[in-house]
Amino acid sequence: MCLGIPGQIVEITDPATNMAMADISGVRRKVNVTCVSGDGLENLIGKFVLIHVGFAMALIDEDEAKKTMDTLNALGEAQEEFEAMFASDLALEGRT
Amino acid sequence: MKYADEFRDPKVAKSLLKAIADRIESVGAAKENPIRIMEICGGHTHAIFRYGLDKLTPEGLEFIHGPGCPVCVLPMSRVDECVQIAERPEVIFTTFGDAMRVPGSKKSLIQAKADGADIRMVYSPLDALGLARRNPDREVVFFGLGFETTTPSTALAIQQAAAESLVNFSVFCNHITVPPPIKALLDDPHMVLDGFVGPGHVSMVIGTKPYEFIPRDYGKPIVVGGFEPLDLLQSVLMVLTQIADGRAEVENQYARVVSDEGNPFSIAAVEDVYEPRPSFEWRGLGEIDASGLRIRAAYSAFDTEEKFGIGYAGTRAPTAEPEGCACGDVMTGRIKPTACQQFGKGCTPEMPLGALMVSSEGACAAYWQYGGARTAAE
Repeated sequence: MCLGIPGQIVEITDPATNMAMADISGVRRKVNVTCVSGDGLENLIGKFVLIHVGFAMALIDEDEAKKTMDTLNALGEAQEEFEAMFASDLALEGRT
Repeated sequence: MKYADEFRDPKVAKSLLKAIADRIESVGAAKENPIRIMEICGGHTHAIFRYGLDKLTPEGLEFIHGPGCPVCVLPMSRVDECVQIAERPEVIFTTFGDAMRVPGSKKSLIQAKADGADIRMVYSPLDALGLARRNPDREVVFFGLGFETTTPSTALAIQQAAAESLVNFSVFCNHITVPPPIKALLDDPHMVLDGFVGPGHVSMVIGTKPYEFIPRDYGKPIVVGGFEPLDLLQSVLMVLTQIADGRAEVENQYARVVSDEGNPFSIAAVEDVYEPRPSFEWRGLGEIDASGLRIRAAYSAFDTEEKFGIGYAGTRAPTAEPEGCACGDVMTGRIKPTACQQFGKGCTPEMPLGALMVSSEGACAAYWQYGGARTAAE
């Protein structure tokens, strides 16, 4: 939960609520980008961020994103994050 | 050094390990009188065990596993309150999966779910908001749990709910902050710590300034560190170097993510929505002044405790820890997990008695997963 997961912002989906689409190792998920919006939302496209429970919390570079992902894989935490995302999608549909 | 070969850069790992061994020797530390460094964050605890850093470093260095796993420091009474809220027929109770198996005095959330409560595991407070929008006739409660890293997410979710005038969404706030328990540990006369590795992602939010009291008032070094094994080794080396030089400062090993000032957007959202509670109960540490956050009066419509008159807004009933559970002593570094009578007997990851066995960031679960199971069997 506390380690988060790196992703790349690919699209701003709703500027009014600071929501963007992130690519997280091939999995696409909407994330809130309020905390990294200092240079404007449009400038976030293509940037790598560290995502905690659906919120982009810090801008990182690509190399950092890769190193973080490697560590998460070694700890088994990347898998846990993806499982939590998929479980959440089911919960939203009431299929828990 | 067989594990060191697994590192991203084994050469760097070996040279860091050699430098750590040199520092330990230079300060005259040994197995009988080790340098004790507390890694505060549960993520660091997990990484230390996964990479065997406790075994790769010399015996004169001892890691003390700090109270930085939010699931592990959650007292039983709060789990009981969760169950009480979740069992209300109108409630959809949403939580991070980590919290599902933490034992309460009667049941855990997973047992309450099996008994029929509508409890759903979500990835994000945003998903709880989504559930509230889709289910206007139900009360959606989000179990807000975590240190400064996750607090901005629930603050922003509450601001969003307020902007949408969502009337069926609230947060059961159990957010806690890192500095107060560190102060409590340093004030404990039984505690002998020589320095700290500070949490990386908490510091990404709050910056490094909130730790300045540690060197200033207690004369202990702290180095904020990243999660990669090489980050951790370098952070430990920086703490040891301060000790060897007779210095005590706040240093930042993880500057590529952490700034001194923290993240201004996160800090502003948290300031807007939350304020410190007079005190908050921690498992193993008891009530600690100003260590938890509550939702400000301006947002009380989104405060589960106010909405249902429960917890700190009602009559609290603190519960004793289960018989034989030594989570409190492990948490404060007094004993190692394997010294607990229940370790591997009455308490395993499958059937946890105490919270430290539940989360992968808990010291007991880490001991069990990375060799403790064998120790217990022997």
